[in-house]
Amino acid sequence: MHEMGIAAQVVQIAVDSIPADMPKARVQQVNLKVGKLAAVVPQSLLFCYDIITRDTPLAGSRLHIEEVPVTARCNDCGRDWTVEGPVFRCPDCDSGSIQLTSGQELEIISIEIED
Amino acid sequence: MEVKVVRKILDVNDAMAAQNRNAFGKQGVFVLNVMSSPGSGKTALLERTLSQLSPEIRCAVIVGDVATSHDADRLAKSGAPVVQVNTDAFGGDCHLAAHVIGAAASDLDLSAIDLLIVENVGNLVCPAEFDIGEDARVVVLSVTEGEDKPVKYPLMFRVCDAALLNKIDLLPHLDYDIAAARGYIRQIKSDMPIFDVSAKTGEGFDAWIKWLKKTVAAKSTAAA
Repeated sequence: MHEMGIAAQVVQIAVDSIPADMPKARVQQVNLKVGKLAAVVPQSLLFCYDIITRDTPLAGSRLHIEEVPVTARCNDCGRDWTVEGPVFRCPDCDSGSIQLTSGQELEIISIEIED
Repeated sequence: MEVKVVRKILDVNDAMAAQNRNAFGKQGVFVLNVMSSPGSGKTALLERTLSQLSPEIRCAVIVGDVATSHDADRLAKSGAPVVQVNTDAFGGDCHLAAHVIGAAASDLDLSAIDLLIVENVGNLVCPAEFDIGEDARVVVLSVTEGEDKPVKYPLMFRVCDAALLNKIDLLPHLDYDIAAARGYIRQIKSDMPIFDVSAKTGEGFDAWIKWLKKTVAAKSTAAA
């Protein structure tokens, strides 16, 4: 629901990441990692990105979103697995004492600049 | 040419949340973030909670809504200081962000407060994502909603420290399966404390208030 705010943050971080010695650089692509458990809808974020990048150094650039699956590790038996549905229990020993090892990412990984 | 960045998109919010946590910690203020869907009875729950905590625990409330001061007006009758935040000034946001809490808290005398309760915007999606500098999070679910809300909004139930099932006075009139609701909550978080309460009649409040007092006391003991 707050994808426009997220898109605005992405633009700010990406613009700040343009090397100081390349003030005229044209950004071609911005690479994000978005966990499946993050409260962000990639389609909405892409839509907002195209609007909010107008008249910025990112105008015309592409937003690439790598979706990260939700993975967990059991604190009792050590099993690692991918959480496919809303069940946060170990599929082997049924323990509920688990830690999420991925799936909540909301990160900007890199920007790609025209050479 | 690829330029590595590797930054959390919400790191501006996370930095503000850390600032808030530091400021609250210095004054010994415990912060409770209360989240739920719209209409679960958060405000009624807080009205009764405030009356049962006072005067032993000095409370204040920050209440977030997209518009109106209706909730703040109700809560102010408890005598606790209340700050209303209307997110329409911030773009009609669906959640309270850390900078909003920081600004609202500056209207409060933190040295005269033990417990700051934040009534978040009614929404089971976005508030789960935004750290506001709180010490504990609770989610309120009412028995007039679907039993399966926890599995529809897993992140919310995963990040909370306790769940309240409100409006249990209505159970005789509903087909609600409260055991199923508890099962769904535990499917997301197996050790979640769950309190069945009625904000209207006060049923079940003893256990909730006891948990809250113990949780607040644990922080002040740790800080001392």
